[in-house]
Amino acid sequence: MYVQEENSVYLSISDISKTFQQDKNPPLSVFHDINIAIQQGEFVSLLGPSGCGKSTLLSIIAGLSRPSTGKILLENKAITAPGPDKSMVFQESALFPWMTVNENVTFPLRKKMNKKERAQSAASYLKMVHLSKFADHYPHELSGGMQQRVSIARALAMNAKLLLMDEPFGALDEQTRIILQEELERIWLETEKTIIFVTHSIREAIKLSDRVIIMGARPGTVISDFKVDLPRPRLQQDMAELEEEVLKILKVEIDKVMKEELQYAGSD
Amino acid sequence: MPVAIKRILFFFILILLWQGIVIAGIWPESMIPAPLSVAKELYLGFKDMTLVWDILASFRHLFIGLACSLVIGTILGVLLANNKTLDETLGSMILALQSVPSIVWVPLAIIWFGFGEASIIFVVIIGGTFVMTMNMRIGIKNVPPIYLKAARTMGSNGVDLFFKVIVPAAIPYAVTGVKLAWAFSWRALMAAELLSTGPGLGYTLSYASDFNNMSLVIGIIIIIGVIGSVVDQLVFQRIEKSVLKRWGLEEEVA
Repeated sequence: MYVQEENSVYLSISDISKTFQQDKNPPLSVFHDINIAIQQGEFVSLLGPSGCGKSTLLSIIAGLSRPSTGKILLENKAITAPGPDKSMVFQESALFPWMTVNENVTFPLRKKMNKKERAQSAASYLKMVHLSKFADHYPHELSGGMQQRVSIARALAMNAKLLLMDEPFGALDEQTRIILQEELERIWLETEKTIIFVTHSIREAIKLSDRVIIMGARPGTVISDFKVDLPRPRLQQDMAELEEEVLKILKVEIDKVMKEELQYAGSD
Repeated sequence: MPVAIKRILFFFILILLWQGIVIAGIWPESMIPAPLSVAKELYLGFKDMTLVWDILASFRHLFIGLACSLVIGTILGVLLANNKTLDETLGSMILALQSVPSIVWVPLAIIWFGFGEASIIFVVIIGGTFVMTMNMRIGIKNVPPIYLKAARTMGSNGVDLFFKVIVPAAIPYAVTGVKLAWAFSWRALMAAELLSTGPGLGYTLSYASDFNNMSLVIGIIIIIGVIGSVVDQLVFQRIEKSVLKRWGLEEEVA
């Protein structure tokens, strides 16, 4: 039987570009010609230097902003707005400070479940991130790592198949980061979600993902896209070689940005 | 030394100094009455209930006026925060009106509403509305964009987003607005009552002044100050503190 190729692709990003119109300066092109096809259940990292537009790309996938050109399809339907089919975890804690942990986690469930179902669902996801005891606490009473775990529980509670994460562990200390990476890996294996994970940490990308997509800067575009075929949980010594390789690729990009900045400073 | 003892000591010394000045006889008692004479006027006023009725009347004017100003201020603030054109036009006018002292409105109020309670309430409303408006406006404008983004990814938008996220996020500013509106209204109330035909604390103050009863004038000034600070500390600072704590905005006390 002939199967149209597009059907097997879960998330299809084709020829996407994003340009910001600026008041006085010429329009700023963030990235262009982005083509990515993601399969269901994949754990994909978007890696790149700051300014390459990886967070902008993620917010387009989330439906929070629109691409300037191109097409983006989730299960063959165009993404035009945020929806229940995708949830998102942000870099800074986006928990609502006036709600308890429990109220935060049940916030996305208000319209689709009754009170009892909501409570059960929240309890199970809080258990998954080991925060059952803190259900009645307010976010400011928790550490940064705990807040981020609540954010993950809240995103999971939506039960969307696609989970978008924008440098979720970027603001945490190294130890907390490692623990949360392990938790995320476990949760991903348990829930079989598709995860798109934005990070600027090479190690984090290699440790967690099936596939790493490297974006270059100014204007951003995909410069490398490879699979990580290492057994999980991944060990430091197995990852070292790949880390070196990725670092080489990224170094070229960072040098390019630095040079540009020097030229810019010189012309001033 | 506990704060309470420091304060008691401070006021005790202040009253002693005051009594000393009176005994020295530099100014006649008609200008600076003795502390005991002030206390006696207050005692008599409370005993025959006239001061109690004055306080109750003043509070009635205040509550009606403040309630109106909070409602109007909230609505105006929400409108300004959500409509750019309105903000640029009406907003600039409200900013200008905010800097006009409330007593300036009294002559207009008297022409429009006469010497009765309606005038007083009008001035109280004017006194509290603009500061509430500006705080509500800034509160809504300062809702962190990350909350809005997060709420949208969780399927909240429109009316639901406004009432479930934007309004609660703006509450700390609104509480500050209410506290300032109370303070402004209280001042406006006294200004308006001075020129009214009573009852009310301000009216009795001007009445006492007309009859050269300086003891009662000073007594009422003390009442006004005490009520102002007690309400501020017992009601509004507590509310503000508990809201800031709940919202995780409380500053660390060094």
